[in-house]
Amino acid sequence: MRHVPGHRRFGLPFWQASTLPSGEKPLFNYRRIWVKTVLGMSIVALVPLVVMTLFNLYQYDKTLAAESTFPVMRLVSDTQRTIEAFLEERKAAIEFVVHDNDFAALSDQGRLQELFVRMDVAFGGFVDLGVIDETGKQLAYVGPYDLHGKNYADQDWFEQVSQRGIYVSDVFRGYRDVPHMVIAAKHDKEQGGFYIVRATIDAALLTSRINPQDGNSRSDVFIINQGGILQTTSTRSGKVLDRYSLHVPSPTSVPVVKRVEGPGGRSLILGHVYIADTPFILVVAKQHRDILSGWWKLRATLLTFLALSSAVILIVVVAVVTFLVEGAYEADMRRTITVHQMEHTSKMASVGRLAAGVAHEINNPLAIIGEKAGLIKDLFTISKTYAADERLMGLVDSILAAVERCSTITHRLLGFAKHVDVTLDDIDPAATVKEVLGLLGKEAEYREIRISLDAEDGLPKITTDRGQLQQVLLNIINNALDAVKDRGRIDIGLASYRHDRVSIVIADDGCGIGPSDQKRIFEPFFTTKKEKGTGLGLSITYGLVQKLGGEIRVDSELGKGTRFTVLLPIRPARNTTGQGER
Amino acid sequence: MRILLVDDEHELVTALSERLEIRGFVVDCAETGNDALDMASKNEHEVAILDVKMPGLSGLMLMERLAKIQPGMRFIFLTGHGCESDYRACEQAGVCSYIMKPVKIDSLVERIREAAAREKGS
Repeated sequence: MRHVPGHRRFGLPFWQASTLPSGEKPLFNYRRIWVKTVLGMSIVALVPLVVMTLFNLYQYDKTLAAESTFPVMRLVSDTQRTIEAFLEERKAAIEFVVHDNDFAALSDQGRLQELFVRMDVAFGGFVDLGVIDETGKQLAYVGPYDLHGKNYADQDWFEQVSQRGIYVSDVFRGYRDVPHMVIAAKHDKEQGGFYIVRATIDAALLTSRINPQDGNSRSDVFIINQGGILQTTSTRSGKVLDRYSLHVPSPTSVPVVKRVEGPGGRSLILGHVYIADTPFILVVAKQHRDILSGWWKLRATLLTFLALSSAVILIVVVAVVTFLVEGAYEADMRRTITVHQMEHTSKMASVGRLAAGVAHEINNPLAIIGEKAGLIKDLFTISKTYAADERLMGLVDSILAAVERCSTITHRLLGFAKHVDVTLDDIDPAATVKEVLGLLGKEAEYREIRISLDAEDGLPKITTDRGQLQQVLLNIINNALDAVKDRGRIDIGLASYRHDRVSIVIADDGCGIGPSDQKRIFEPFFTTKKEKGTGLGLSITYGLVQKLGGEIRVDSELGKGTRFTVLLPIRPARNTTGQGER
Repeated sequence: MRILLVDDEHELVTALSERLEIRGFVVDCAETGNDALDMASKNEHEVAILDVKMPGLSGLMLMERLAKIQPGMRFIFLTGHGCESDYRACEQAGVCSYIMKPVKIDSLVERIREAAAREKGS
């Protein structure tokens, strides 16, 4: 039998049961059944749970993704409107100034100062105001810097406004070395040529206009130009005029929100829109992590729940399957034991019938031989001629001894096959053992064999058949006497066994029985005593013990001794008398 | 003492009767039930030794018939089979002894004397 020590620890006898304790192949492969059932039940129980949980997670994820883009989208739209309004107002103001005043008035420093004050009061945010002629020379200037007379002909914004008429510039440093932007409007003179009215706005104002006022928002709102240069200060991407670290988004006049990989592999929700007629792109960036912090908590709770319930399901499945498979395995074991007993009983019955038939057939001729030989002896004894012939008398005696030996065998065979009903009495087992010892005492005494009897105090009386019990004890003790040498010892012990039985243990220190013989000693005609034994004693004993509703076991070690244990019920089972061969 | 020996085995009957005669018994031998009944009607026997299984009249049936002829007759049965039901039937019918073949002559003689010693009709 294969031995798997690892599994023994778990106390699962069926796990390594390639054979049953009886040596038979089990009805099923219990290990495979266990594994299959555990797998099957676990799959049936866990798969829906896992699928549902994952599906829920996926659905939540989808919903949340949709919901996380919505606030960004709204912020982009709102800020877009704010910036457009801010720029439109200022463009309108400058256009109004251009149309409402002629070149001469605007070239007048005092008049320009007046207009600048009014504009600043009405709209605010203007840093300075200047009038530039078609050569790029600043003719009049109101503002904090000393820019009077500066020439802008080589500046990009001058080129742009000359072509377009009205122009909103990028944020740049220019002569003053302060980030600012320009809004300029061109006006054609009636006599030919043109002039430009130019106002500058501090880039810091743009930053303050687009950044939300509530401190709770974690959104980063900023403007870049189409060249990827920051036009306002961003909380995460850098200061004004720094380079924007991500790609410049593709042109769109309606707000677009996307999920992108930000720096450091962080996921960002990014919204953008191009501000019409300006080089500006409004960008709103929000860390995905910030949006999803609630979602992570929910996900952790769901996954913890999944793990815990899976563990509970697995434990219950393993426990239930183990319980059931163990039950089936035990039932199988009981079945094989019953089959074994039935096989043994029926074997005994057939052997019994055969033995009885043979014995009967042999008994009659044996009786004739016996009587004829006896007659010869009688005649020899009477005759003076032969009475003294020792050789002849010896021959006749040999025949008679052989007949005697044969008749012992046939009588035993018939006894073995006897269908004796069990007659029940209340019997003191210790007294019965003493009676049997009384029959055998002479031989033990002669051979100086010590026989000890140790009966437990308060041993109950047992209801059984006295004659058959005597026969059982006689057979076993006889065997023990045959097994021990002169001056050997035999110990007989009587004790209660599990409340409902009495055990009778007969142990000798004789020659012992080899392991292969132990399996066969209860079989009819099996003997190790050569010509001395018939091989029927123990098989008869076995049959009798069965008939009495008991059990008989043998433990033996070659050279050390043998120990027979007979377990007899205190009260007979209902079918005790019905057992045995018919 | 006159005894009646009935067994269908001729060889057994001749040998056994001679041995009993050597031991001082007067033995009438029969190999069938009818012969036995004839002999019983001619002479009085104290003990009858019957085989249990015989062709025709069985041992038990023969015992009943013989008991009618000689109410004081005591019976010993010989059997080669040792069947429990036969044993019980014999016991109930008041048979003195039930002996398995082959039988030791000394033991048989003892049983005959025991049977003869029993009170008639008991």
